[in-house]
Amino acid sequence: MVSEVKAGRQPMPEQPPDERIHNFDEVPLGYTPEQAFAEARRCLQCKRPHCVEGCPVKVKIPQFVALIAEGRFEEAARKIKETNAFPGICGRLCPQEGQCELTCVLGRRDEPVAIGRLERFVADWERARGDIQHPDPRPPTGHSVGVIGSGPGGLAAAADLAMWGHKVTVYELFHAAGGVLRYGIPRFRLPREVLDAELEYLESLGVELRLNFVVGRTATIDDLLEEHGAVFVATGAGLPRFLDVPGENLLGVYSANEFLTRVNLMRADRFPEYHTPVHCGDDVIVVGGGNVAMDAARTAVRLGARKVTVLYRRTRAEMPARDEEIVHAEEEGVRFEFLAAPLEMLGDDEGWLRVMRCERMELGAPDETGRRRPVPIEGSEFELPCDTAIVAIGSRAHPLVPDTTPDLEVSRRGYIAIDETGATSKPGVFAGGDIVTGAATVIEAMGAGRRAAESIHRYLTGQEPPNGTPPPGVR
Amino acid sequence: MNEIVAREQIAPETWRYLVRAPEIAARRRAGQFVVLRVYEKGERFPLTVVSSDPAEGTIELIFQAVGTSTRMLAAMCPGDEIMDLAGPLGRPTHIERFGVCVVIGGGYGMAPVIPIAQAQRDAGNTLIGIDGARSREHVILEDRLRAICDRVEVCTDDGSYGHHGFVTDVLREMIEAGERIDYVLAIGPTPMMRAVAELTRPHGIHTVVSLNPIMVDGTGMCGGCRVEVAGETKFACIDGPEFDGHLVDFESLMRRQRMYSEMEGEARRMFEPHSTPLCACQEDRDGE
Repeated sequence: MVSEVKAGRQPMPEQPPDERIHNFDEVPLGYTPEQAFAEARRCLQCKRPHCVEGCPVKVKIPQFVALIAEGRFEEAARKIKETNAFPGICGRLCPQEGQCELTCVLGRRDEPVAIGRLERFVADWERARGDIQHPDPRPPTGHSVGVIGSGPGGLAAAADLAMWGHKVTVYELFHAAGGVLRYGIPRFRLPREVLDAELEYLESLGVELRLNFVVGRTATIDDLLEEHGAVFVATGAGLPRFLDVPGENLLGVYSANEFLTRVNLMRADRFPEYHTPVHCGDDVIVVGGGNVAMDAARTAVRLGARKVTVLYRRTRAEMPARDEEIVHAEEEGVRFEFLAAPLEMLGDDEGWLRVMRCERMELGAPDETGRRRPVPIEGSEFELPCDTAIVAIGSRAHPLVPDTTPDLEVSRRGYIAIDETGATSKPGVFAGGDIVTGAATVIEAMGAGRRAAESIHRYLTGQEPPNGTPPPGVR
Repeated sequence: MNEIVAREQIAPETWRYLVRAPEIAARRRAGQFVVLRVYEKGERFPLTVVSSDPAEGTIELIFQAVGTSTRMLAAMCPGDEIMDLAGPLGRPTHIERFGVCVVIGGGYGMAPVIPIAQAQRDAGNTLIGIDGARSREHVILEDRLRAICDRVEVCTDDGSYGHHGFVTDVLREMIEAGERIDYVLAIGPTPMMRAVAELTRPHGIHTVVSLNPIMVDGTGMCGGCRVEVAGETKFACIDGPEFDGHLVDFESLMRRQRMYSEMEGEARRMFEPHSTPLCACQEDRDGE
């Protein structure tokens, strides 16, 4: 066993940078079964596993890893799905380095077990086999729940509620489900066949997806409460934030949301076959330092931009993006301009962006997030030529539900107020994810969705939820 | 879902559709729009709901087939289903008893005027309509406007019908004649809306315009439709589409509307009408 531990973490095979900048295919290719075996055997099978404590949805990590180590992939898949219906999504998008893998005991002296990659391996293996197993939901309870928003929070809540026998309808305003997983996350991070397969899995649990349904407009929360015993609001923080500098409405200036939506949802990368255009010039500046900024920069590379620069007002150490995303961006030729912030955007006679005027920053005292606050350096102004700018500095609460639900309490910034159970000020209405917390991660939204699902179950039935216990019988 | 139940050409390249959409029909109010996607590869684009029949569960859409997506919509037939239809979106029109309202439509901009005119009429206002178009054959919805308004003036750029001149010429005469005007609504090409706003500004006449910038989602998520109003950036889809015409930066709006004109030309060339599948009911169009 000792020698196997020392074998070290299995590296992830990847598409080489000079190839992948010309396509939207996934960058990490996934473990082979041999690699998955070897990696799974590194797990020490702790009696009191810290990895599970680090997981927002409490996946039974040691158990599924042990099943992989024994080559029992199908059972491993079933084990994950006792607590997580979306292993293909989570295996790819969770920041495991800050969650399960952070608390892995192996990580103290060696690298932690590659839990995320193993989760992904199992999901991909099952999908490739073409026969996705799913447990039978519990018998119908007669209760019905409306879930508003088909992003990660809504999907996670819907999956649990459906498993516990409730009739679930998910309302989505776009023409395709998935929320940010559909319009925000690029294909090279989450292939659409993975998303589609896990949505199909959700539908196979009896969940109904209602697309093109804009809650607040097509129907209000009060309308939905006539149909459903409870409603879960997971509408996210989908509104783009802009810099509020002069020239921001010049042609060629996008919110990251719009730029990514045009490509991811509307397939502007295949214009004119798909009719939605996107303007991606030669010289692109992305403003921001999070995962969305990395997604926008790497998408611009793939659309053929000659030079893509990420402008961030702090340093690399403070970037909120996952290290993996930053490294991938660097490998793909994205440049970084740290300690700099835009002051103004300047255009030509026809209104097209040509120059971004910026200033240098230095790091001052830590702010409320604990990160050192950037402070402008006087007289440090400089100009960067550019013809496209993508603003990726965060997002705001989606206002449609709060604005059309008068008795729903919100914070001063428009986020919905909830108690510790996820309940809002309005009876029968629960909320979770970015619409409560502000922009966060996919898995945090999923965790919030699951906690709300438990509260909704208690609210509807007066009983404790079956709590992930595998229901009898597997189809 | 979203079945086209009736289809009629009302002017060159201008079509009137009735579409089955019971939820939208039941809820929509004057000034609101829907976002459509005609088929899988199509764009999402907004159209104003001209009227609705909640009992029949239908909404009325009027559009000009000028771009790739609208031409594909025009190539559909009764019985066909529009792939995606979401709404009603945007803020409903502010309806109030103003007194005398002048409602102005330029070209197919007359279509979104109709529901607002009707609502202002129902609120007890006196209505004067101005229906302007390039030429006689482009004048639309004159009868509908006459049924709503106390008085209607029609004008054409070439003088082939009604007054010879622009809608602003008709409005200027009214202002100069000292007619009482408490509210002006202008919807049409952006230069026309700007001209109306400039005309009423010195007279302090409250002027509302309905903007039609480029949109993707129509619910505030992309910011593509941002316009500058009183020096502030607004999203037409959730803050509008109607704004105070005296506060809108029309220059920036017109630039933003042209953002993709080159690329749109490319797409249009790829989808000439002959490459668009037409069904049997449209064969009679071949002679046009």
